[in-house]
Amino acid sequence: MTTSIGKRALDDAGRALLQRTARGRSEFEDLVVVPVFAVIVALILGALIMLATGVDLPTIGKSFVALAVGSVGSLNALSETLTASIPLVLAGLGLGLGFRAGLFNIGAEGQLLLGGTAAVVFSFTFPSLPFPLLMILSLIAGAAVGALYASIAGILKATTGAHEVISTIMLNLISYRLLEYLLRQPYIQKEGRSDPISKSVPDAGQLPRLLDWIDPNLRLHAGVFVMLLAVAFVWWLLFRSKIGFAFRASGANPDAARYAGMRSGLVIVAAMATAGALAGLAGAAQVQGVLGRASPGFSAGIGFDAIALALLGRSHPVGILLAGLLFGGLEAGGRQMQVDAGVSIDLIGIIQALIIVFIAAPLLVRAIFPWGFRKDAKGGKA
Amino acid sequence: MTAATTNAASGEKIDSGKARQARITGGILIALALLVLFVLDVGTGEVATFKLSRPRDAIVLGDLVVPGSFNLLVAALLAFLGVRQFLRGGVRWSNLSIGIGLALVIMAFLVWATAGKSFSLTGMLQATMVRAVPIALGGLAGVLSERVAVINIAIEGMLLAGAFTGALIGSLLGSWLGLAAAVMVGGMFGMMLAALVVTYRMDQIIAGVVINLLVLGLTSYVTSQVFAHNRSLNNAQVFRAWKVPLLGDIPVLGPMLFQQNLFVYGALILVGVSTYYLFYTKGGLRARAVGEHPRAADTLGIDVYWTRYFHVTLAGMVAGFGGAWFTLGSVGRFDENMTGGRGYIGLAAMIFGRWHPVGALAAALVFGFADSLQQKLALLNTPIPSEFLAMAPYIATMIVVAGLIGKARPPAADGKAYVKE
Repeated sequence: MTTSIGKRALDDAGRALLQRTARGRSEFEDLVVVPVFAVIVALILGALIMLATGVDLPTIGKSFVALAVGSVGSLNALSETLTASIPLVLAGLGLGLGFRAGLFNIGAEGQLLLGGTAAVVFSFTFPSLPFPLLMILSLIAGAAVGALYASIAGILKATTGAHEVISTIMLNLISYRLLEYLLRQPYIQKEGRSDPISKSVPDAGQLPRLLDWIDPNLRLHAGVFVMLLAVAFVWWLLFRSKIGFAFRASGANPDAARYAGMRSGLVIVAAMATAGALAGLAGAAQVQGVLGRASPGFSAGIGFDAIALALLGRSHPVGILLAGLLFGGLEAGGRQMQVDAGVSIDLIGIIQALIIVFIAAPLLVRAIFPWGFRKDAKGGKA
Repeated sequence: MTAATTNAASGEKIDSGKARQARITGGILIALALLVLFVLDVGTGEVATFKLSRPRDAIVLGDLVVPGSFNLLVAALLAFLGVRQFLRGGVRWSNLSIGIGLALVIMAFLVWATAGKSFSLTGMLQATMVRAVPIALGGLAGVLSERVAVINIAIEGMLLAGAFTGALIGSLLGSWLGLAAAVMVGGMFGMMLAALVVTYRMDQIIAGVVINLLVLGLTSYVTSQVFAHNRSLNNAQVFRAWKVPLLGDIPVLGPMLFQQNLFVYGALILVGVSTYYLFYTKGGLRARAVGEHPRAADTLGIDVYWTRYFHVTLAGMVAGFGGAWFTLGSVGRFDENMTGGRGYIGLAAMIFGRWHPVGALAAALVFGFADSLQQKLALLNTPIPSEFLAMAPYIATMIVVAGLIGKARPPAADGKAYVKE
């Protein structure tokens, strides 16, 4: 996400000097002030949009209360928040990793769909395997298919230079059709159904629910451990491993990385495959933990929300985890809002998009909200 | 891989590139010939009947009856073209051969699918044109903004915004004002994209993705929050088809081009006008200069920022017009996410059409053809699953982007922010 802003050596040197002296402040601004500000302004704008569509003030108040209660207000709310954040964080980690390597992968949606489908198919193909084994192998099958599907775009980019944005968009469109086709195949389609829907994941393949001993309605499942493991793994991969260093170096400066002897093609394919594996894992966690089967569009836009998530989390694993919890909370709270205040959950989509506008354009935030920043730090990275 | 090619002498590199391309083209053509010969094989006794006219047409043509042996001829022609490319092909002939080859394969495919049955060619061409309209306008929006080096992923959002506004304002104030409003709202989102990427130097792809998310959120929210209770707000008059006198009576082409509604004519005119504008006027030359080398354009006194704002806004207006097709040109009612990725397909059409308005239109027609063919195939009962046919254009786009057939070159400064000195 580093867009070079001109080659003015003098200016750059000046800014570097400034950054070194005012480092603590500008990092704080970038990591804390901008995201917090973005969330607050997006919520205020959300309220204004409600007002514009004829929702009265008490209802707006009620909907914000519902948003808070529905996301963190009870054990059930917390469970829903965590459940919603699991696939978001997993897919977001993949996208963030891609961003670090300078790859803009829009294809998480398709990788997630096919990964999830692969997990379902694997699990009902080997129903006789014992519990943890089938569950784990199905997750791996999902990740593997996601990785394979994403590496198509990676290989095309590495060998021919085809832009990954276009090829991943095309792969998304292809995956929708492919899923529709697969779900109608007799082997995959649920018996006795004419609509495209797959057979169910057998019990041994499901991610077990963690809190059903308190209340059987609590949906939180073991995918939360998969999510935490993935966060730790991506952190290690990016910041402690050799290949992760190659990812980051190629993202920051592809030419320098190549001159340093890193094989750019390999880095691209590896980064795309890892991102795809994480997106596939997200799909597998969703079908094995929540949905139990695959149907058309079961991804429900998670792959696109994950783009927003990775941006909000600054492509850092921990940031993505926090952003995922926020988005999961918005999702869970949004459902509560719809029930309690009768405000459509689509409002959450608007709020999420607005958050990203402010996150991705720090210059815009500085223009609207000048008193939160040092004056001389203007024009930071765009 | 890049290191290896840079080491090679530049002249040699070009030659080997051309030869490689010609070989790939030849290989593909030969593969297509084998495909026609073995897969699209029609029994010699069978014939395919294509209806060229509908009963009420002014000039009625007889049915076109094609014998099954037509496919053998196609296979032979394809093999000839392929071998010729393989042995001594040039780039100039590569593109032409592939074009002819694909057209032949489609004909063979139609003959194979209709063998023993009859099929209305005119009806399908008309449907092709209709389905191509939003894709062509989306592609045109892409061309206008990418020619000034602004990547426009937001076409999808602009189409959706146009569709929504067309339905809302069309229901309140009538279809013509609805259309005008759709164009304006599209332009507004274009201006917003320009502001984000030109003034606030946001990453262009992120800005586009964000606009798509924002428009999807806004329109879905209003649809479920407001339209669900006030159906009268979401019920616009649809523009009816208007037949051009005389020209509309031409057999086959008449119904396709001259018995359509406003949006088809609008798209054709816009493609013509923007081709003229981009390639034959001073303004167009300046716009392309900004897309290729903004620094040089700036040095010559062209206002880079203004040019980008202007063209991206214009692109938004074109996309808004295209978006209105979904509601005012077809059903009159807005549904959540009703564009269903057509904006992204428009983007693909732009690349497929090599950043040229006419190319984008042609690519859109290919996509529209695949789309309407997919629907007809269900009726014809062919063994090929229609989903695979629907995938074909996307796969073709990936092949084009990968540069396996011909070279698609985006404007040189595409996607880069410009900072004035």
